[in-house]
Formats: sequence, C-alpha cells, structure tokens
Amino acid sequence: MSTRRLFERETFLAPLLLSPVAVYMVLMVGFPFAMAFVYSFSNVTVGNPDFHMTGFGNFTAVLGDPVFRKSLLNTFIFTFISIGLVLILSNMLSELLTRQFRAKWLIRFLIMMPWTAPIALGTIGYLWFLDSVFSPLDWLLRTWGLLGKPHALLGPMSNMYWLGQPGLAMASVILVHVWRLLPLATMIRIAGMNSIPREIIEAAQVDGAGYYRRLFHIVLPLLLPVISVTVLFSTLFTFTDMTVVWVLTKGGPPDHSTQVLASFAFLKGIQGGDLAQGAAISLFFFPVLAGVAAVVLRIAKKAVVT
Amino acid sequence: MGNTLKKVIAQSWIYGALTPFIIFSAAPFYVMLVTMFKRSHDLFSPTNNPFFLNEPITLEHLDLLFNQTLYMKFLGNTFLVGTAVVVITVLLAVPAALSLSRLAGRWGESVGIGIFLTYLVPPTLLFIPLSRVVSLLGLQNSLWSLVIVYPTFTVPFCTWLMMSFFKSIPKDIEEQALVDGCSRTGAMVKILLPLSVPGIITVVVFAFTLVAHEYIYALAFIQDSAKKTIGIGMTTELVRGDVFYWGALMGGALLASIPVAVLYTIFLDRIISGMTMSGTKR
Repeated sequence: MSTRRLFERETFLAPLLLSPVAVYMVLMVGFPFAMAFVYSFSNVTVGNPDFHMTGFGNFTAVLGDPVFRKSLLNTFIFTFISIGLVLILSNMLSELLTRQFRAKWLIRFLIMMPWTAPIALGTIGYLWFLDSVFSPLDWLLRTWGLLGKPHALLGPMSNMYWLGQPGLAMASVILVHVWRLLPLATMIRIAGMNSIPREIIEAAQVDGAGYYRRLFHIVLPLLLPVISVTVLFSTLFTFTDMTVVWVLTKGGPPDHSTQVLASFAFLKGIQGGDLAQGAAISLFFFPVLAGVAAVVLRIAKKAVVT
Repeated sequence: MGNTLKKVIAQSWIYGALTPFIIFSAAPFYVMLVTMFKRSHDLFSPTNNPFFLNEPITLEHLDLLFNQTLYMKFLGNTFLVGTAVVVITVLLAVPAALSLSRLAGRWGESVGIGIFLTYLVPPTLLFIPLSRVVSLLGLQNSLWSLVIVYPTFTVPFCTWLMMSFFKSIPKDIEEQALVDGCSRTGAMVKILLPLSVPGIITVVVFAFTLVAHEYIYALAFIQDSAKKTIGIGMTTELVRGDVFYWGALMGGALLASIPVAVLYTIFLDRIISGMTMSGTKR
C-alpha cells in the first residue's frame, strides 16, 4: 500500500523517471566534458594514462605549431564562406519551395537528400565527381571548351585536379559542405516562415505593399530570430565538423591545406595517441559552444516567459 | 484563357528557378546511379559521357559489392547498433520527457533546456575523453562502444522531441481518467502512452537515421574491418590506397542512402520543429 502511494506522488515519480537520463548524461557527456579540460592541461597519452598536470604546456605547444595555426585559419575560412553561401542560397530556395507546384514531394525529396542521406556516403559521390582523371565535372568543362584546349579559360590541362591543389581543395570541401547544409537551413527557414501569421502578410498586401516591400519590411524582420538560430546552429556544426574534410581530402593535399581544427585534433589525439594535445586543440571549440549555448538560453527563456 | 496562361507561366517559372537547385542537390546521387551500372571500359574512358550509359548495362559492380566485399556486414553492423541505440533511447527519453513535461513543475522546463544544451556539445570535443572511457571499459574495436556512446546525441534530442509531443496532448484527458478512479501511473501508461505512439515512432526513426549518419565516433573507436558500420566501412575499406572500386562504391553508397533518406524525409517536418525548439513556445 505504501509503495503504491509513493508512486502516486509527483515529487517522487518525477525524479525517478528522469534519473536514468540524468545519470547517463552526467557519466557520458558531463564527465568526459570535464576530462577534456583536465587532459588539455596534462601530459596524458594513450601509452601513458597515469598523467601529470603540466599547466599551459599543451597550449603553448599547440599555438607554436604552424599546422595548428593553419588549421585554425582554415576552420574560420571554411565556416564563414560555407555559412555565408548557405544563408544566401537557403533564402532563395525556401522562397521557391513554399510556393504551390506539382510533384512537390519528389522535388523536396531530391533537394533534401544531401542532408537526409548519410554524409559520408554522399561525399563518396563527390570523390568520383572531383576525381583527378575521370571527374564528370572536368568532362563537362572539356565538353564546353572551358578546359583542355590550348586557349581554354581554365587552362590547357585535361583535368582540374580539384582535390590535388590547395585552393581548389578548399573550394571543394566548402562546396560539399554547403551542398549538405543547404537543405537543413532551408527547412528551418520554411518552418519559421510557416509560423508567421498569414493575417500580417495579407494586411500588408491589402495596404498595397509589393512583393519585395513585404519581403524586406515584414517577412525578413519577422524571420530574424529563426535565421539567427539557423546561423548559430550551422556555425557551431560547421566549426566543429570534420566528416567532409576527412572523406574528401584527409586534411591534404599533403600540405595540410584543408586541415581544420576537428580533423587536426583527430590526427593528433586519436591517430597520434597524444590525448593531451588533441584535447587542447578541441578545447578551441569551447568559446564557440559557450556563445551558442548562451544565445540559445536567452531565446529559450524568452519563449518560456511569453 | 488569360488566367490559365498566367498560371502556366508562373508554374514553369518556379520549375525553371528550382532546376539549378535540383541539379546541385541530386547530381552526385544521379552519377552514383549511372556509375553503378556502367561497364568498367565505359567508366574508365575519359572521353565517354559520364552522365549516361554508353555501353550495355552491367551488374559486375553490384556482384563485387555484395559477394566480394564486407558491404552486407557493414549494413548488418549499422542495423545492429541502430536497433540497440533505438531501444536505449526510447527507454531513457520517453520516461524523462514524461517526467519533465507532466510531473515536474517549474524546474522541469529548466532541466529540459539543460538536456537540450548537451545536444550542442560536438562529438569532436568529446571523442578524445570518450576514447579513454571506451578503452577503460575494454570496448575498443567493439560495436558496443558505439551502442554506449551514440545515446549521447540521440537521447537529448529525442527527450526534447517527446517533451514537445507530450505538451501537445491536453491534460484534461488524464485528469478525466484520474477522476474515474485510475491511478496516476495507470493514467500515464493506459491513456498517455497510447496517444504518444506517433511521437515514439518519430523518436525511433530519428535515432536510427542518426546512427546511420554517424561517422566521427565510429572512425575513432572501430578499426576491425568486419566491425565497421556503413559510413566508415565504405570510405575506408573500399577506398584502398590507389585502388578505388568505383562502381561498387557508387552503388553501395546509393543503395544505403536511399532508405535512410526516405525515412528521414517522411518525418522531416516533425524533426525540424523539434530542432528549432518550437516546443518551448506552447
């Protein structure tokens, strides 16, 4: 009888149902998160887990490493250009996808596929697309006379070697990342657009506001919170990701020209076994994470109050 | 007459504007489709059109993929890990969401936001300490390492999804059951859970697709060829040195992508509304 009564009480039942998640998250996210900090101030390696604290040694070592500085710069270039392109393209695409047209399901499926299919598999398609000899893209350029002729715009060679030259490799990595992120940003923006009350737009229409006036003076300002959430999430996601880089270039061509922080941390910490330096590198994600978390908290608070 | 003409022009304008986006998104998958049926001779002639079959269709690449590589093993591993992670995620996330949305008072909302924040912590910040956790548990090179680590990203998001789902069910329904003499737990199990089946299905599908998508942890924790999941298996086992099994690679990537993409697309709208935290705005 008494245990049955205990299960009727919210003050007992609520923590009971929550406790498995709480314990799991503390053990598998909270504790490792703290360990990432501890490791970065230590000399821990895979071979020597009994570690000592070494202060800021890892950070000075990492900051003095030219490869790290290159990775940091690459990460910023990769993130800013990708997010900029995604923002512009997703605004255009969502304007189109919210209209009425036939075969919408199929078209939406095809446009969403870069995000809904596993990215490692999609990137394999690009490995072929950008191949040094058989690239279908190079074939197109040759067919259009832009490549492979003595006075062609892109040069007389028969191939571009997309993944073999520093600048082109970076452009390729950005291209694939934009390809994969565009559907997500578009969907979030469409969700935001649907949440704008129809009456507001109709009222503006009645008052004689044209399409562009409505877009720039009503729709975009109302969408600003959604757009900023999209930018925040995609920035954090892009800044800390390594999948596209790893599958496409492994951080190369040889000279680390597409190395980003995440792939460099992987290279040092997991492949090289230097857990301490790897942790120190990935700790550079923390400021970005903290910034995004702070904004999310502010938005969440507002949403709860209203 | 004039009106229909206007409509036709408006429609074709939309298709015209959408075409570059469709080509951009679908081209890699289209080339995968063509390449997997292309004869090697056709495939490796740089002057042949790579977007069409210039010679009769062949199944040699698919034969190689299914009979001479670990492709089926990779799919099986992904399915195993996916199933285990789905079960763990549902068992953890549904009760927690129930607690936070129905039973807990004011603190429920704050804890819910706290759980959502853990979703933001990127795998590349956790993979180094987690690799130590995995080796301390003796799970290196084991699929179990993925089973215990993957809920770190499925649980927070799915708890959040279920919370907003529970909130959309009116409280009166349970209260009526309580009035009718049902116990508190009885009302939750008999009334609320059956109503939340669509939400649970979303969680199941989403957790499963996230497992199929995951790359970084799998790359960090699994080295044995026979234990690899689809993403790392395809990119590390079929791309060996300079020898690329292009036909098999393209076919394998496409065949595994389609079911995952279809599942995800069906539940896309609900997943996106969870992502934009629209659950808090109730």
